[in-house]
Amino acid sequence: MASPVDSKASAVEARVADRFAHLGELAAADDDLARRGRFLDADVEIRVGSIPLGIAIRAGRVVSVTRGPFLLKSSTFTIRAEADAWERFLEPFPVPGFHDLMAMTKAGMARVEGNLTPFMGNLQYIKDLIALPRGKNGSGGRA
Amino acid sequence: MTPRWEPIVGRYLHLELSGRPHRLYVEEAGQGIPLICLHTAGADGRQFRHILTDAAITQHYRVIVFDMPWHGKSLPPEGFEREEYQLTTQKYTQMVLDVADAMALEAPVVMGCSIGGRIVLNLAAEHPTRFRALIGLESADYQQPWYDTEWLHRPDVHGGEVCAALVSGMMAPHSPAVSRHETLWMYKSGGPGVFKGDLHFYRIDGDLRDVVARIDTTKCPLYMLTGEYDFSCTPEDTLRTAAKIKGAEVTIMAKLGHFPMSENPSQFRAYILPVLEKIRTASGTRG
Repeated sequence: MASPVDSKASAVEARVADRFAHLGELAAADDDLARRGRFLDADVEIRVGSIPLGIAIRAGRVVSVTRGPFLLKSSTFTIRAEADAWERFLEPFPVPGFHDLMAMTKAGMARVEGNLTPFMGNLQYIKDLIALPRGKNGSGGRA
Repeated sequence: MTPRWEPIVGRYLHLELSGRPHRLYVEEAGQGIPLICLHTAGADGRQFRHILTDAAITQHYRVIVFDMPWHGKSLPPEGFEREEYQLTTQKYTQMVLDVADAMALEAPVVMGCSIGGRIVLNLAAEHPTRFRALIGLESADYQQPWYDTEWLHRPDVHGGEVCAALVSGMMAPHSPAVSRHETLWMYKSGGPGVFKGDLHFYRIDGDLRDVVARIDTTKCPLYMLTGEYDFSCTPEDTLRTAAKIKGAEVTIMAKLGHFPMSENPSQFRAYILPVLEKIRTASGTRG
């Protein structure tokens, strides 16, 4: 059943949220990513416009991806951007300005909120994780 | 593979910088017009290894690359353990002049990237007759900060990892993985607080917005080249700066970011060779 938030979600929001919904499988296929994030336990919320996605990470492995709305659910940190910006970010070879999360935060197109210590302490891991939907043919902002 | 040597020679230069003895690591290759290359903040001279080994460059240029104190193989000065490293405009400017003097270089070209691109603007404004030409890579008189530098040096976040992670997105996605990772390795292996100390110059002390209008390119030609994927020193930052400098020549480089010489050497080569050729040709007609 569509949630109240879903009913308001635009087509592009739904399209981008669907791509992030596969983060668990994409991360599971990348053992090296889990190695690099092995000290990270975090509940990351990715906001695609009005759609919240909860990414549960334990010892660097994505153990669940759930779609909101969430009621009184805390997160370690939240990364939010409008769906249009995320869609451009997820292109295999994004245009300048959309190629990196920090480029987007500098331009005001994305925001990171919450406890930033685990975010900064695992920055490359986080950036690589959210870039996984670009696919193997895209190198994007991945290190 | 067959073992081979590169033509780079590395030596240590003992000299005084900012009134203190230093032991500076200097690499060089080639012969001809001296070309001093200045590395980015938090990195070292390895960034220019492809310039040092490019025969098309070294047949006409004596390429000289030094690791700044605290960087690469140049140790910090005696007593460093009791101070916080902070680069300033004055120290950086004098360092370039002192190295050129110590090596008895006559009218060198200076090519600097990022903080090196910033300091060449000050060299152009303050010491134009000392140089044959100046090249600013990822160069602007000022850039908008985009993170709190306190993250770079603290006990609960790994300094090398976070420095590398922050700058990783400043490279073009098209740049080869091997070159991007090599570029990041220098950030991962920098000393604690060194990147942050360089950014003291870049963000706080080295605002040159009121300085660049004094640059006279008839005394010293100025070339500015910026990668389209550099969101730290954006093409707009470079163009805005160049608009204040009559005669500055700007190139916006496709499929390159903040580290053109190391993130994609072959792509950068297509842009820098014509600039070096132009400088060389003009030099041939000098008095």
